[in-house]
Amino acid sequence: MHIVVCIKQVPDSAQIRVHPVTNTIMRQGVPTIINPYDLFALEEALRLRDRLGGTVTVVTMGPPTAEDSLRKALTYGADRAVLLTDRFFAGSDTLATSYALAAAIRRIGETFGPADLVFAGKQTIDGDTAQVGPGIAKRLGLLQLTYVSKLGAVDPDGRSIEVERRAEGGTQVLATRLPCLVTMLEGSNEMRRGTMADALRAAREPIVVWSAKDAGIEDIGKCGLRGSPTVVKRVFAPTARSEKAALIEVRPAARDTADALIDALFTRLPKLEAELIAAQTA
Amino acid sequence: MTEAKPQAAAAAPSRAGMKKELPEHFKAYRHVWVFVEVERGQVHPVSFELMGEGRKLADRLGVELAGVVLGPPGEATQAAVAECFAYGADLAYRVEDPLLADYRNEPFSKALTDLVNTYKPEILLLGATTLGRDLAGSVATTLLTGLTADCTELAVDQDGSLAATRPTFGGSLLCTIYTLNFRPQMATVRPRVMAMPERRERPIGRVVTHPLGLVEDDIVTKILSFLPDRDAGTSNLAYADVVVAGGMGLGAAENFQLVRALARTIGAEFGCSRPVVQKGWMPSDRQIGQTGKTIRPKLYIAAGISGAIQHRVGVEGADLIVAINTDRNAPIFDFAHVGLVADAIRLLPALTDAFARRLSPHNRDKLAG
Repeated sequence: MHIVVCIKQVPDSAQIRVHPVTNTIMRQGVPTIINPYDLFALEEALRLRDRLGGTVTVVTMGPPTAEDSLRKALTYGADRAVLLTDRFFAGSDTLATSYALAAAIRRIGETFGPADLVFAGKQTIDGDTAQVGPGIAKRLGLLQLTYVSKLGAVDPDGRSIEVERRAEGGTQVLATRLPCLVTMLEGSNEMRRGTMADALRAAREPIVVWSAKDAGIEDIGKCGLRGSPTVVKRVFAPTARSEKAALIEVRPAARDTADALIDALFTRLPKLEAELIAAQTA
Repeated sequence: MTEAKPQAAAAAPSRAGMKKELPEHFKAYRHVWVFVEVERGQVHPVSFELMGEGRKLADRLGVELAGVVLGPPGEATQAAVAECFAYGADLAYRVEDPLLADYRNEPFSKALTDLVNTYKPEILLLGATTLGRDLAGSVATTLLTGLTADCTELAVDQDGSLAATRPTFGGSLLCTIYTLNFRPQMATVRPRVMAMPERRERPIGRVVTHPLGLVEDDIVTKILSFLPDRDAGTSNLAYADVVVAGGMGLGAAENFQLVRALARTIGAEFGCSRPVVQKGWMPSDRQIGQTGKTIRPKLYIAAGISGAIQHRVGVEGADLIVAINTDRNAPIFDFAHVGLVADAIRLLPALTDAFARRLSPHNRDKLAG
């Protein structure tokens, strides 16, 4: 079985700072990580490979430094890593990104054997769009299973797969055909600790580096800014509210402070007390 | 995998200047559409919230507002069409087919794509639910047009373009995104981000029906079963009137019982901030904020939450925000209405007791008398 996992290297969001004057992201010195949602996809792919045999190829599109995340993925046990990097990709929105990644996955299939399954995280922590997974599926003509919480039976010979998918108000149990694209929900598994052998291999394993041309992309106009229908016109910080919170005085006894707070609430929301009581009797 | 990549933001001015005469074949695209999400017979409230926004956009553009209803033949689909008009639509597009009984990507994306290609809307809005995001990503890719996820504000520019504003970089900044040279301009909005418009009983107006053009054999993915959530209460968080939430200031997973106890006492839903979920102290369906649930309660009590922008955008719709935090410089005091500089771990039990006293039967009678 050949499983392709799409990952993205993202800034560690906990450490992002915004420049107070220019309102731009200060990325200098901000460490990067594998998008945390992608780890659930990677772990699920590794488990499937361990169970059914085969190989896991991780692929990312990004600057040359995205190699760090690919090597990290190798330490977890991925077999092969492909970096799609080219200045033509700069400024890609989700449509242009899915175009480039789909081309790379097609080329991965031609080079290393066709993919039976493509995995992605449910979304990234920097963009939060959840659009690239469905975009890749559509461009490759793959069936699409998003927000998968659990993988059921996978039969590479029978070309079938069953999954549990998070839907509004419940879980759908779905069956479909391979090849397909799965985006994994967070919390669906726990990433393993890589083995020492994998760590050693990851350090020296050559990373496959492809330009747009290497990936078989002929129409550069579909990549990067030129291939992106959306345009970011303005980036700004939210305006502060003009007044700060009215502070309730803290009394020595917590009981008195609590009473003062409730008085303040019921004064500001005169109907609240009656509503809370009504809700209790209901 | 991002809408607003750092590069895009940096290079935006040069690109934005490229504008633009809309390509001739897109000039026929007019009117504003809202995809009306119906699941197991119920319209998702986000569709009505979008109808309210869509009405404003359509009025500003001087065009019509349409609801798009995809569903099986029967009462539920008919009722959803009627609701479109009750929430302000001028017309409805309906694709009625037994294959649309439950959501699957293949028939739904075909139906919506066909409708767009046939009737050509300039703006298409969908709820950013699991269904809406699954569908929107497919449809936008097939149409090769722009899609802006999780918008917090929708407006029409002087030249009639959709200006879609959303948080970016994990919610630390906002950005305004345009789809300049492609149609339709697509956007998703999360539940509760927009206010619920008023419902007005109105007669059913113009309904355009369109065939699905598929048979079951054309659809590869099969639904084996549907397991409804046991804890139906979790889905009420977004629509609750009173919400109590805890943040990292509570210090440990076990202290979240203080949040639950207060919530139980006053009949509220409970939630938490993002780091709490990342710590594994609370399940992700309790997360409030840009990447969790957006809430618009009458009363929101935030205990030990610092108030990062990512949290702020999810709670700003609350009528009254109460913040309890030991750090008087925490950003939450910039947008809370009432604040208490105190340790939530100490205060929450006292608050629970005080509410219990106030709302006790004895006091109830006094209030009634």
